[in-house]
Amino acid sequence: MTSASPVTIPATGPAGPATGRRAGFGRLLLTEWTKIRSVRSTLWTLIIFVIVSIGLTSLLTLLTVHALSAGRRGERASGLTTDPVGFILGTGLGLGQLAICVLGALVITSEYSSGTIRATLLAVPRRIPVLIAKCLVFAVLVFVVAEIVSFGCFFVGAAIVHSKVSVSLSQPGVTRAVIGSGLYLTVLGLFALAIGSLIRHTAGAITTVIGLVLVIFPLTGLLPYSWGAHIHAYAPTIAGQLITADQQQSGALLTPWEGFAVFCGWTALLLIAGAYLLRRRDA
Amino acid sequence: MIEVRDLTKRYGDKLAVDHLTFDVSPGRVTGFLGPNGAGKSTTMRLVLGLDRPQSGTATIDGLRYEQLPQPLRTVGALLEAKSMHPGRSAYNHLLFLAESQGVPRRRVDEVLSLVGLSAVGRKRTRTYSLGMSQRVGIAAALLGDPRVLLLDEPVNGLDPEGILWVRNLMKQLAADGRTIFVSSHLMNEMAVTADHLIVIGKGKLIADCPTHEFIERSSEHSVLVRSPQAATLTDLLAAEGGKVTTQQANGGRGDALNVTGLDAPRIGEIAAARGIVLHELTPQLASLEEAFMELTAGSVEYGGVARVQAAPAAPAPGPAADAEPAASAAEGRNR
Repeated sequence: MTSASPVTIPATGPAGPATGRRAGFGRLLLTEWTKIRSVRSTLWTLIIFVIVSIGLTSLLTLLTVHALSAGRRGERASGLTTDPVGFILGTGLGLGQLAICVLGALVITSEYSSGTIRATLLAVPRRIPVLIAKCLVFAVLVFVVAEIVSFGCFFVGAAIVHSKVSVSLSQPGVTRAVIGSGLYLTVLGLFALAIGSLIRHTAGAITTVIGLVLVIFPLTGLLPYSWGAHIHAYAPTIAGQLITADQQQSGALLTPWEGFAVFCGWTALLLIAGAYLLRRRDA
Repeated sequence: MIEVRDLTKRYGDKLAVDHLTFDVSPGRVTGFLGPNGAGKSTTMRLVLGLDRPQSGTATIDGLRYEQLPQPLRTVGALLEAKSMHPGRSAYNHLLFLAESQGVPRRRVDEVLSLVGLSAVGRKRTRTYSLGMSQRVGIAAALLGDPRVLLLDEPVNGLDPEGILWVRNLMKQLAADGRTIFVSSHLMNEMAVTADHLIVIGKGKLIADCPTHEFIERSSEHSVLVRSPQAATLTDLLAAEGGKVTTQQANGGRGDALNVTGLDAPRIGEIAAARGIVLHELTPQLASLEEAFMELTAGSVEYGGVARVQAAPAAPAPGPAADAEPAASAAEGRNR
């Protein structure tokens, strides 16, 4: 570190003209964009998301196609030929979604763990717009990356399974499923961000989100009777994942878009709770 | 100008800030003094709108913090060091703050060079020492060229050169007519920096007065007298209104007397008038740090200003006697 320079504070407005007006929302978006792009965890989490999603999709479809060719597995059991789109979009993204959960939680909890939240709230004391700007910037970033990865997974998978079964975007429901995968991941990221805003602790938030997505919500499928089926159908990510499948299962309680709306509703509810606590709690 | 009125903050059972009322005026460095846990940081967080008070208000130039249109252009604050993401560079930390206020990008380089971090500004702050982090915090506080600055223990972790630099910076900023409010738990540091002191203990106001006044009031003015005719002298001094305590004689010399209420020249005159031999006549000035510790210990011991004032002004030196004059300064402001 160089020695401190002599103290000189230029007297005439070195910080530029003060307009006396509040920062516009555009400035808030720029601020949040600078924050999200200037930490390496963002880049690394997204790189892991891309590699895991596309890599695992390629690997698992390749292995399954190979196994089918060698006649080691029954065609029906693999699901590859009966529901090829579901197989392609379900394998890699099923694990890749955890990276989105991590990123969503980190975007907000790292502000608390590092103390950046104080700098943020000193700069913008109205707290709700900060949260909205953060959600918007994060959602746009995840949406762009997730759509690219969804289409990437689909095309890579489709090319690999080509010898066994033909899939294309023109088949009914397929384009919606691919775009829907990106949409699902975007809302999932916001869902994780909302949990992060409630828990404010990185490890706790990530554990909670992943526990819910991988364990708790799927386990609701074991609940008995029709109320159990309803709880399962309306569980956030279970409902949300409907939009990622090209074919609707018989007896489904929700259509894909209804399911997506339910997932969005849950996420909005948690974000509102997060916003309320952000206003109420000491930073 | 910072105005704090009847500010109260409770964390669970603990009253961190207890009906605090004071002003911080522009054009001078105001020291905010108190032992660890006295409520200094909490008060600053309340002024900055980070914590919500149970009651009372804190305003800056008449506005609550969240009412300021571009807060960083009005108020600069340094709270705990390391209030930044370890994976983000100092430059980017300052950049997002600048963007939020519409402060031009070149100002970021300007404040980085001002705090002497131009060379490392683009490195991630994970690698920074405490002193360097503290400088980033100071840079962030100065970013919007604010007319009010709140600095919480700004010299923490700084080397002697850095401490001197911060001192001079604060004095210069105050000379510009800005409002400088700086906290410390070190009395000696405040004595050389602050023009005015606000002293709190256990969340309550103990003193609000110019630094020199605080030092004079809280330092115990006593005179050490040695004389072979100590007993006679004691009576004479007591008759003149002095309060005398006898100290243990040591090394065969005459008894030592500790006299308060009379200054050294007067004691000398009284002795000379009666032809009493004096072996020693030394004015005693308690060290500043000692006085501060006794004062704040008093606030803890007696549970606040009101009780301290109610305590009789005992002749013997002790926390109550020390705290009394300073507490008087606080009288009326703390209600």
